Amino acid sequence: MNFKLKIWRQRDAKSQGAFETYEVKDISADTSFLEMMDILNNNLIHEGKEPVAFDHDCREGICGMCSMHINGHAHGPSQAVTTCQMYMRKFKDGSTIVIEPWRSAAFPVIRDLVVDRGAYDKILQAGGFISVRTNSVPDGNAIPIPKKDADESMDAAACVGCGACAATCKNGSAMLFVAARVSSLAKLPQGRVEGARRAKAMVAKMDELGFGNCTNTGACQAQCPKSISIAHIARLNREFLAAKLAD
Amino acid sequence: MAYKLEAKIPAGELSQKWSNHKAAIKVVSPANKRKLDIIVVGTGLGGASAAASLGELGYNVKIFCISDSPRRAHSIAAQGGINAAKNYQNDNDSVYRLFYDTIKGGDYRAREANVYRLAEVSNLIIDQCVAQGVPFAREYGGLLANRSFGGAQVSRTFYARGQTGQQLLLGAYSVLNKEIAAGSVKSYPRHEMLDIVVENGEACGIIARNLVTGELERHGAHAVVIATGGYGNVFFLSTNAMASNGSAAFQCYRKGAGFANPCFTQIHPTCIPVHGTQQSKLTLMSESLRNDGRIWVPKKMEDVKAIRSGAKKPSEIAEEDRDYYLERRYPAFGNLVPRDVASRAAKERCDAGFGVNETGLAVFLDFKTAIERLGKDTIKQRYGNLFDMYEEITDVNPYEQPMQIFPAVHYTMGGIWVDYNLMTTIPGLYAIGEANFSDHGANRLGASALMQGLADGYFVLPYTIGDYLAKKIQAPKVKTDTAAFDEAEKGVRARIERLFAIKGNQSVDDIHKRLGLVMWDNVGMARTKESLEKAIVEIQALRKEFYKDLKLVGTADSFNVELEKALRLEDYLELGELMARDALNREESCGGHFRSEHQTEDGEALRHDDKFAYAAVWEYKGFDNAPEMTIEPLDYEFVHRAQRNYKD
Repeated sequence: MNFKLKIWRQRDAKSQGAFETYEVKDISADTSFLEMMDILNNNLIHEGKEPVAFDHDCREGICGMCSMHINGHAHGPSQAVTTCQMYMRKFKDGSTIVIEPWRSAAFPVIRDLVVDRGAYDKILQAGGFISVRTNSVPDGNAIPIPKKDADESMDAAACVGCGACAATCKNGSAMLFVAARVSSLAKLPQGRVEGARRAKAMVAKMDELGFGNCTNTGACQAQCPKSISIAHIARLNREFLAAKLAD
Repeated sequence: MAYKLEAKIPAGELSQKWSNHKAAIKVVSPANKRKLDIIVVGTGLGGASAAASLGELGYNVKIFCISDSPRRAHSIAAQGGINAAKNYQNDNDSVYRLFYDTIKGGDYRAREANVYRLAEVSNLIIDQCVAQGVPFAREYGGLLANRSFGGAQVSRTFYARGQTGQQLLLGAYSVLNKEIAAGSVKSYPRHEMLDIVVENGEACGIIARNLVTGELERHGAHAVVIATGGYGNVFFLSTNAMASNGSAAFQCYRKGAGFANPCFTQIHPTCIPVHGTQQSKLTLMSESLRNDGRIWVPKKMEDVKAIRSGAKKPSEIAEEDRDYYLERRYPAFGNLVPRDVASRAAKERCDAGFGVNETGLAVFLDFKTAIERLGKDTIKQRYGNLFDMYEEITDVNPYEQPMQIFPAVHYTMGGIWVDYNLMTTIPGLYAIGEANFSDHGANRLGASALMQGLADGYFVLPYTIGDYLAKKIQAPKVKTDTAAFDEAEKGVRARIERLFAIKGNQSVDDIHKRLGLVMWDNVGMARTKESLEKAIVEIQALRKEFYKDLKLVGTADSFNVELEKALRLEDYLELGELMARDALNREESCGGHFRSEHQTEDGEALRHDDKFAYAAVWEYKGFDNAPEMTIEPLDYEFVHRAQRNYKD
């Protein structure tokens, strides 16, 4: 297969970026999208040009490192997969593919397709944890947890922190990301103790870091590579309101 | 000068060693902990849990990772589960049984005392993770669920769907975040350690490169902890993440830390087969699939040919024409034999010509029987995400046709030599998790890597590091304007300049792929004296070629992934040779190290306990010089070494 690639190139956070066009040839349909990028980069190196910088690591859809906007979709046109899990058979031979970095005020570009997602870490540092000390805990089976609650907690915990939700949202809101963590812990008895404090602190931090507000368009859910449901946003809102009312 | 290795294994009964040791080692008072600095390199299960626990204790911790966030570390990709001796299933599990299975699984090449301690603290890990909010799988009664993994006849594996590593890492990352917020830990993402600084024989800091700006930074500390995982990517194609590398460990080796059993590499039996020359990595299919999946190839060569040509679908092969070779060869453990055994058995069938894809390098993992027995929904519940992942990659629906799998490089049991305190041969330098060598012998059992990472980080290192730091309570802050730091930084700078100055024609990947092929063909699943000697010659030649013909673009003072990769490859070109040398020295077969000259009549690994019941610890002797080996004898006080038997 052959493709034309329009890729965003930007030297660093301060420089202005622009699209550059490249061609790749003889790509197997079984090649992954990122392997296609590897091939492009190897060609560029042989031409003495600098390769396209992009984030990636595990290449099996779990680390959350890869982060491209492809043909207008976060993680490309396939549903429920990360960029690294997409294969070239999903694209039409001979087509043009447009590749951009995450576009979000809270994720400044570092270089080309690489952005700084440190804001997500900061939100979690504000309260996305249960304050337990190592070794100061009861037996694992001391508190039975209904299977349904554990399963729902796990559904939310599947979030890989890739940033697709905020990058997709027209308001640049990180609500789905925050909701996934709050909801995952809210479904467990261990997480209840600090529930009110957590919801308030994480929402406050999200606002402080420049993420926008949620207007319930549901775009985040549609583009989430892990299909995290916006039902978790409803749970976050409930947690947040209850906490505020109790103040 | 050869090493004087002191493993510092405490005296006494096996079950009392760790308690006795904890009682004997020194502790540091809270007021003094505040004065002491610790650097942790790596944020996987080992690094994150260690940094969080040390921060809680009151030490000043700096933690470094190469990714954009600590949460990306490759522990996150572990799928199947984590072992613990809880005996919640009442199937007669115990600390001793977990210890015994691990020692036996490792083919009697691990330290008894370390492995016992690992089994002992395993139960605390589960409690800890539950309290952190890790959503482990549960039964309808609300209690924790378990499943079985290879090398065990009990169900002791705790799991969170097929994403156990992710959930455990998010747990460790969450308590790390708690400490970052509290100010006891400072996080340095997108930073790579490029050298360890040693002064007066003690580790006192690191040189790190800020991967965004390219700046070299000096960081001093009273102790340094290496938690940077394994070096499987020396093979280019492996199940490791693309950026996983052996360089931090290798810098320690260059600076004098012993490197133990480098040849012990785990080849995981159930990975998606290689599909062409454009592939960048291999994808693991969790060992948990072997709970319900059955591995087979056709009995008849005509069926093999028909499947390869597409004339027959695998589902059309009649039951009596299938060779469930693991069940045939190992009736007692069946499809749940340890990884090294399962991998070699797949190779044996493929070498005999029964491989089921066009390359002849694949076998089937089939869920037909399980779907008939349990229904599609149950299978979907258990393995849904893995089945989806398989279909995404191969375009084949595994509910209808069996998966094709083949062994691939997965984990390295070898690593930096450590004593019972997890300290390397350099005082003040520690290694934990996959980066060290101590707990898995010649083969790691499934669901034990997560256990070891968290055991080291939460429950071992936070105690043992105090014994060393107690001597440092009067020490001032480490100064970074000393000759040792100057020299280390100068060395790193020179290394980088040298690579840019080559101006050859081959990219990093071009050379890395060739190294990978040399390693896989000669230092892979089966090794011989000839193949290893050949590998050493070829790697040396490739290393020369690297320094003559590398093409490195970009600059040193900017975000430059090619430079990162070139530095790692430079280390692999030495590490690969070290692995081959170690494999050549070890004239026996044990666990994942299979020397074809040393096998039993029915093709099993044949150990030579009289000659090789030791850990081989290698000492760096300079670039292009042969390293020197010192041995640490593995004296077994409690377990009788036997030929591993998974048949009855």
